[in-house]
Amino acid sequence: MATEELMESKNKLRAPVSQKPLKIEKPTDLTTIGGTVSVEINEKKVVVPLGTTILEACKQNGISIPTLCHHEDLCVAGVCRICVVEIEGMRTLQASCAFPITSPIKIKTSTPMVRKARRHIIDLMLSEHYGECYSCFRNGKCELQALAKEYGVDNLTFGHIDKPKYEIDNSSFSVVRDMNKCVLCKRCVRTCIDLQEVGVLEAIDRGSKTHISTFMNKPLADVICINCGQCINRCPTSALRANDPSDRIWAAIDDPKKHVVIQTAPSPRAAIGEEFGLPAGTSMTREMNTALRRIGFDKVFDTNFTADLTIIEEGTELITRLYKALVKKQDVALPQFTSCSPGWVKFLEHYYPEYIENLSTAKSPQQMFGALIKTFYSEKNGIDPADIISVAVMPCSAKKFECNRPEMHASGFKDVDFGLTTRELARMIKEAGINLPEMPKSDFDSPFGEASGAGLIFGATGGVMEAAIRSVVEFVLGKKTEDIFANANIIPLRGFEGIKYMEIPIGDHVGPVPAILKHLIQDWNWLKGATLKVAVAHGTANAKKIMDDIKTGGKFSECHFIEFMACPGGCLGGGGQPIPTTPEIRQKRAQAIYSEDESLEIRKSHDNPHVRRIYEEFLTEGPSGQLSHKLLHTHYVKRGSYIA
Amino acid sequence: MMNQEKKDRKGTVLFSKYARGEAIKKALSQTREDILFELRESKLKGRGGAGFPTATKWTIVAAATSKTKYVICNADEGEPGTFKDRVLLLEYPELVLDGMVVAGYTIGAENGIIYLRGEYEYMKKSLEDYLHEMRKDKLLGREILNKTNFNFDITIRMGSGAYVCGEETALIESLEGNRGEARNRPPYPVSTGLLGAPTVVNNVETLASISHIVTKGGLWFKKYGTDKSTGSKLFSVSGDCEKPGVYELPWGTRISEMLEIVGAKNTKAVQVGGASGTCIPKSGFNRILAYEDAATGGSIMIFNESRNMLHVLKNFMEFFVEESCGQCTPCRIGNVKLLEGIELLEQGKCTFSYLNQLKELGKTMQIASKCGLGQSSPNSFISILDNFKEEIFDGNGGTYGK
Ligand SMILES: Cc1cc2nc3c(=O)[nH]c(=O)nc-3n(C[C@H](O)[C@H](O)[C@H](O)COP(=O)(O)O)c2cc1C
Ligand code: SF4
Ligand code: SF4
Ligand code: SF4
Ligand code: SF4
Ligand code: FES
Repeated sequence: MATEELMESKNKLRAPVSQKPLKIEKPTDLTTIGGTVSVEINEKKVVVPLGTTILEACKQNGISIPTLCHHEDLCVAGVCRICVVEIEGMRTLQASCAFPITSPIKIKTSTPMVRKARRHIIDLMLSEHYGECYSCFRNGKCELQALAKEYGVDNLTFGHIDKPKYEIDNSSFSVVRDMNKCVLCKRCVRTCIDLQEVGVLEAIDRGSKTHISTFMNKPLADVICINCGQCINRCPTSALRANDPSDRIWAAIDDPKKHVVIQTAPSPRAAIGEEFGLPAGTSMTREMNTALRRIGFDKVFDTNFTADLTIIEEGTELITRLYKALVKKQDVALPQFTSCSPGWVKFLEHYYPEYIENLSTAKSPQQMFGALIKTFYSEKNGIDPADIISVAVMPCSAKKFECNRPEMHASGFKDVDFGLTTRELARMIKEAGINLPEMPKSDFDSPFGEASGAGLIFGATGGVMEAAIRSVVEFVLGKKTEDIFANANIIPLRGFEGIKYMEIPIGDHVGPVPAILKHLIQDWNWLKGATLKVAVAHGTANAKKIMDDIKTGGKFSECHFIEFMACPGGCLGGGGQPIPTTPEIRQKRAQAIYSEDESLEIRKSHDNPHVRRIYEEFLTEGPSGQLSHKLLHTHYVKRGSYIA
Repeated sequence: MMNQEKKDRKGTVLFSKYARGEAIKKALSQTREDILFELRESKLKGRGGAGFPTATKWTIVAAATSKTKYVICNADEGEPGTFKDRVLLLEYPELVLDGMVVAGYTIGAENGIIYLRGEYEYMKKSLEDYLHEMRKDKLLGREILNKTNFNFDITIRMGSGAYVCGEETALIESLEGNRGEARNRPPYPVSTGLLGAPTVVNNVETLASISHIVTKGGLWFKKYGTDKSTGSKLFSVSGDCEKPGVYELPWGTRISEMLEIVGAKNTKAVQVGGASGTCIPKSGFNRILAYEDAATGGSIMIFNESRNMLHVLKNFMEFFVEESCGQCTPCRIGNVKLLEGIELLEQGKCTFSYLNQLKELGKTMQIASKCGLGQSSPNSFISILDNFKEEIFDGNGGTYGK
């Protein structure tokens, strides 16, 4: 038996969790030609490619069908049954999201039977759904609520549970689980198992006792959850949410003794408009600055500034590793892995702890920022770091965990006090009575207010690598990036391909070593003729592919530098971003980021004058110097996949 | 010899004379097409409950081009009140296993799997011994009966103790090591079954019937039963009767005839088809047992006048609330609501209008659930409440009066 082949097809199938790709059977009608099939939807004839689901066929033809367990990012589940339709000649209704069209069927999407079934299904869900919409944070943004409204299900025919069945799990810094709100659509399960390949959540028990749980029903903090929050982003109800610090942030704002600063990552500004009804891809950078000040933050800074710093530190680290390997013939861990995605970092700590040395020791931009605020900034401005509350608005739920890592006290204080998601910030803005799109525009505060486009594109998958290459190319070749890549846009690293790979031949002409690196190396001659190999992966399922390839000595083990982002699409698709997040929405957010980058004057990290200044004034030993090691670098924990 | 001692079982088809290996020998002397022809001729329908024509199923898998195919014998026998597969496996393993080999030969599979109900662990040893003997006699293994290029072997896998794992796609999930949950279909197991390979899943009794059909022919088989339900059927009879047990009777037998044979007296109701079947009151005892009338995978439960039908129903519904895989909304929550309705009835708190709403809900479950479990679990709810109104309501306008 060709076991391997079968296991492969099994993995593709992983049904019923996933039935992707749906296998297409031979058409039963020989009149179908050219891979299309003609069907009737509500008495209208339409032609669709063989294997199209009924749901997709309806959508293409402007017929809307309600869905709940279906999600564009995920494989088919077919469990909620809300999308059922009638097919002529079939006794039972069929779930349109899970039914591939392979023969010329006649579909009816809104018959009395169908409508009654949908109402029943909604009513059943509501009967088991604890709590009321008016006291629910998803009120107005809930798919269950929307369905109930759409179908006029308003009298709780089958009753309404009046006591919670499950305890709320808020053990995790990142994700809060309230299974009393769960409708068992299993989107979170498919996200965690199929999309992220982490596998923390699964349905357990059966029948009426079925519920989503963790390994041995442990609190989320005690399992190998990487805090990516992708499950939150796909949950249709309030069963999953991020651990919200906004009340504590309000308290700090309201406390006159506290100096509350906020840093804003590149992705929230590209997405927060969605929370205010703007189309995806509307950048709100400078409106958001004003809103943050009106809320009461004392200073509004740009995380992109430390993204630039990350590029310098991480790039220097890479050059040092390469130098040690190629010139000194030392045994150093290569390829170097990026470390700015805390979800990815924890993923590696759990699943590939033996590769911990490959992680760049450079902190993420968020944590570099935190360390500088409570040292450099507090000194310069004569503020007691004990009085500073440092908030980071991030597209990410893992950033909440990251700022709580015990290592992150380089300043002698908790470097970043709170990680706030885009969604939570949007709510704070609304609570303050502010309509974001109407805000006048304003700039960031200095000294951390100016950043390059390179820092900005950190938000998209491939962005960190692109930023790094824009600098490395200029450092090593002594040429302008623009002379090699038109407009300094490194296209092969862009887009949503799961894994991207690129080679950059160095050739025989190298430039002079720039001042900022002179303390480390004398010349680039040792790189002559070399080819720099880099790769990019987003979503931990893709990261896993690369890691397994490295383990077996494959192509990616030859790479020098690899960017990993835990979330599909990179940070712009992060677990703290507005819901919904779909492939199309991620695309638009990426466009917003890349076009803002193009509009900026400074687009390379090393060109950022403030970065230069910080090395002149504060981190005087230069990148990788002692102070920078103390403040801007960190270490990791070999966690393994079993937690006692 | 390895068989457990055969009871003196009488029957015209399944329990008729059969010599071990007979069907394999005959089949190997024929072409696949010949066998499929006989099968079609016999009009055999699946005995596991759904009644799908076996010839059609096999023809699709036989036509599939895949290198790997599987034959699965569904021995999960989980329907409350069925125990006829147990009898076949214990006393007539030759019929079942030969049927599997014939299936392997006909569809071009090399692997057969018996998915054995967890509670039948005790018969695993005897079945394994039997398989061992078959291998010794070249009825199993490489080049069976020296037929070049025909290799087929059978392994036994234990079920995981859930009723839903008898549903063929949940069974396959369970074999693959996943939660026992039904898959979406299409694709069906015949094209995308175990590990993605085309798979035939047949009930124990279906496979046993095949051994007879192959040896004695489709025409012979068709002589028994009705036009639409050919051959005979094993019925597992339990409940209020003098002689409960497994009976072979031709399809088309009247319920009243059956009651007579098993010595049932003062019968009030017969539940045909197990918990997921329908409950037939006295007025329906002249109905016949057949796919086209009172269909059953074999379970016959008899209730006499002393039984409280609401309690009977409650038992069934408790079973479904527990045994639903919990995957889809109509079945997971619907069954709970039906059970709660029964409890309201018991307390005299269920209004007629709510009861009607529950029946409507039952109808939704029948058409909107993902698999056969949820699609059939409301059957007894609807049939018992319809057929035993007087008993349950005692004429008291909405109150349960007994
Ligand atoms: C909930 C449920 C339980 C089932 N349990 C069994 C079972 O225990 N044994 C069985 O043979 N078929 C069972 N079936 C039917 C199978 O899904 C399948 O139709 C059958 O194994 C096909 O074999 P056949 O065509 O030989 O009947 C069950 C179906 C459902 C929906
Ligand atoms: S999760 Fe949705 S339906 Fe449930 S209470 Fe909240 S808003 Fe209402
Ligand atoms: S946060 Fe990520 S890893 Fe954790 S449960 Fe959710 S999807 Fe899985
Ligand atoms: S927690 Fe949310 S996403 Fe997960 S099954 Fe429940 S409702 Fe669906
Ligand atoms: S009908 Fe019941 S058993 Fe079948 S898939 Fe749905 S929940 Fe599971
Ligand atoms: S959306 Fe199709 S079954 Fe849930």
